[in-house]
Amino acid sequence: MITAAVQQRENYLTAGHGLKSWLLTKDHKRIALLYFFTITVFFFLGGVFASMIRLELITPQGDLMSSDTYNKMFTMHGIIMVFFFLVPSIPATLGNFFLPIMIGARDLAFPRINLLSWYLLVIGGGFALFAMFAGGVDTGWTFYTPYSTTYSNTWVLATAVGVFIAGFSSILTGLNFIVTVHRMRAPGMTWFRMPLFVWANYATALIQVLGTPVLAVTLVLVFAERALHIGIFDPALGGDPVLFQHLFWFYSHPAVYIMVLPGMGVISELISTFSRKPVYGYSFIAASSLAIAIIGFLVWGHHLFVSTQSVYAGMVFSFLSYFVAIPSAIKVFNWTATLYKGSISFETPMLYAFGFIGLFTIGGLTGLFLASLGLDVHVTDTYFVIAHFHYVMVGGTIMAYLGGIHYWWPKMTGRMYPDGWAKLSAGIIFLGFNLTFFPQFILGYMGMPRRYHAYPDEFQVLHVLSSAGASVLAIGYLLPAIYFAWSLKYGPVAGPNPWGATGLEWKTDSPPPTHNFDEIPVVNHEAYDYTSVEAELA
Amino acid sequence: MTSATPHMDSVKTYITVFLALIVATVLTTAVAFVDLGAFSVVVALAIAICKMLLVALFFMHVRHSTRLTQVVLFGGILWFGILMGMTLIDFSSRNWIGVPGR
Amino acid sequence: MHKAESHGGAAVHPLALREQFDTVEQQRDCSTLGMWIFLITEVMFFGGMFLAYSIYRTKYPEVFAVASTSLNVYIGATNTVVLLCSSFTMVMAVRASALGKQKAIVGWLLMTLLFGLTFLGVKAFEWNEKFELHHVPGFANFHLAGVEPQGAAQIFFALYFCMTGLHALHMVVGVGLLSWLVWQARRGKYTSEYMTPVDISGLYWHFVDIVWIFLFPLLYLIDRHLGK
Repeated sequence: MITAAVQQRENYLTAGHGLKSWLLTKDHKRIALLYFFTITVFFFLGGVFASMIRLELITPQGDLMSSDTYNKMFTMHGIIMVFFFLVPSIPATLGNFFLPIMIGARDLAFPRINLLSWYLLVIGGGFALFAMFAGGVDTGWTFYTPYSTTYSNTWVLATAVGVFIAGFSSILTGLNFIVTVHRMRAPGMTWFRMPLFVWANYATALIQVLGTPVLAVTLVLVFAERALHIGIFDPALGGDPVLFQHLFWFYSHPAVYIMVLPGMGVISELISTFSRKPVYGYSFIAASSLAIAIIGFLVWGHHLFVSTQSVYAGMVFSFLSYFVAIPSAIKVFNWTATLYKGSISFETPMLYAFGFIGLFTIGGLTGLFLASLGLDVHVTDTYFVIAHFHYVMVGGTIMAYLGGIHYWWPKMTGRMYPDGWAKLSAGIIFLGFNLTFFPQFILGYMGMPRRYHAYPDEFQVLHVLSSAGASVLAIGYLLPAIYFAWSLKYGPVAGPNPWGATGLEWKTDSPPPTHNFDEIPVVNHEAYDYTSVEAELA
Repeated sequence: MTSATPHMDSVKTYITVFLALIVATVLTTAVAFVDLGAFSVVVALAIAICKMLLVALFFMHVRHSTRLTQVVLFGGILWFGILMGMTLIDFSSRNWIGVPGR
Repeated sequence: MHKAESHGGAAVHPLALREQFDTVEQQRDCSTLGMWIFLITEVMFFGGMFLAYSIYRTKYPEVFAVASTSLNVYIGATNTVVLLCSSFTMVMAVRASALGKQKAIVGWLLMTLLFGLTFLGVKAFEWNEKFELHHVPGFANFHLAGVEPQGAAQIFFALYFCMTGLHALHMVVGVGLLSWLVWQARRGKYTSEYMTPVDISGLYWHFVDIVWIFLFPLLYLIDRHLGK
């Protein structure tokens, strides 16, 4: 069985051997795997910090660690998870691997820049890790001034440098994707024949390119202010801290869409494949990705409702924030409409897709609460906000990321994973996630503030539920790490198209050859055309 | 226009544009010494934008670029406008209601 | 191979075409588009600085006027002219490479390099002057005569150093690019068929020029009539 699995043909994994062939590779698929391993390490590191937070919060007293240590824990959890896991997660791994294949290209437009962007992430991560092991940082992932520039006695500068460098990694990935989508499509691959995953990554790339530089320059100013003790953002010296918040959220609100848009792209693929129907309202889903990217830049002020931002600006930002709900809802309605009368199969990736739709809907709808000026004053900086963005980031992005990994794993490695274990862990993650974060909505509404390591006794039951959920969630995340590793050696051979899916990535070998195709395909049908696949498989 | 090289203008055009840029520099410096009140910044920015357009359209050949390049350039300027405009909505409407700190 | 047959009849140096591309046109289009998108990221990067500048200039107009007047406008104007000259020689270098004039490419590039270095030298002189006048923010001896609060004056000079410093950093990168281009051009690397590196380096150089076109009036020319 295993010997029969040996591939006759050379593929991207066998095309070179040794560490050097990986560290100097220009193959987008190998670079995607480099990213995959890197961000997996960061994910589990961020998870360790999350565990420390949940352990501390089991009891109302601050007994496990001091408040200073607790501040460092949630800060490092946030920085690692946002900048070194979520932002690169889907685009840099699945996008890097599949975007060129899905549009019928041999590689991205700039393979060397692609490799450079991985090195930048690693170097940036190195700075962040150095800061952590040298003593940590306690500003919160938002680096709010003047605390970060004047008062914090922790490793703010090293962390800021790390995030700055990682930002350029993200910019270069986005630049590469935009040029590739515009100029590298195969003959016949028109814009409205592209898979929705490509559309989503294209929209994401626009945000990366337009937003990230503003974060970079903001960090330059923070760096200058902290290193030289000048007062650009310090009111005591004539500066304005709200200006920092504007600059920061100009990037960091759209960054939420950098994290979730590619996830939506994955879900479009999964829903179509496992209901064996073309995506309902294809062009609306494609356009809604662009709409989210654009509207996402007009709403950042809703993070500043309780700052000294003028109430009139608050009204404008509040009003505009509701508009993000429209393209998001278009996606959810079209996904559910795709399921209607579909031939639905409950494979593991589809379980994650269902999880995504439910959890993202909750996360999105609670976002509307937060967009409304009056209600937001009540729940600002409470666990309600924490629960909201974890429903979007974890319930949305990570569910989609795991769904995508389960979907494309046979293509990336040529092997199948054990189905029963995979379904079990999908269920554990869904249950563990809800147990962790649903109580936090209630906690927040009752008034539990974020970023405190001690709390009144009446909150304990809900906090214990949340911590219990976190341990269930941890098991759910560890299981895939084990069975994916197992499948590399012992998994059954997958074949080129195990799901009967459409898309150019399923028309090449598993794993694909170095330049993806023996011959560049000519595309003569629309996306998600199952009649052609059925003819092939028959 | 050969396919492998971008379109070029004549040396005469480049020299004319260059001289226009020098004149604009002298002009913007001179006009800064005149008291125009609030208009001095408007004039300074107007001259700078003209200079930018000269450099972009002629030296960077945006005149002959593909439509896509022009869209990219326009998009970049638009997004800078969003950053400035939406932030200025806040800073320009502070203290309208007379409550300190709002 | 697939790519070999799609070249058409064009006489192309085979080494110039990277393997992910089908044609030289596609390769050139990708490089040019990539550079333009990179320049857009630069617009946003400097944009954040310009935003901070606008907010504080509106908040402290008098302080900004006095601080601006303390800068030497003649040096600033001269440096603007130097940079405009470098843009002119750069576009002539691009033109020479499009026409395949090997010697002219090197000549124009060297002149551009010279103007760029001149600009940086003048800039270094100006910065040095700031240290002598105690106009460097963050130093305990910072003092700008005749304004209150001093914190606002520090903000002006902090923005001055950040903006001109980042601009100069881009100039240094540009000087590096030019040196590399000169070295390659001397070896006859650039022909009318393959001149993309010269072309997109030119785009970068002109962009850096445009940034200065805005920095000059915003930093040097605020209410000059007050400070005769």
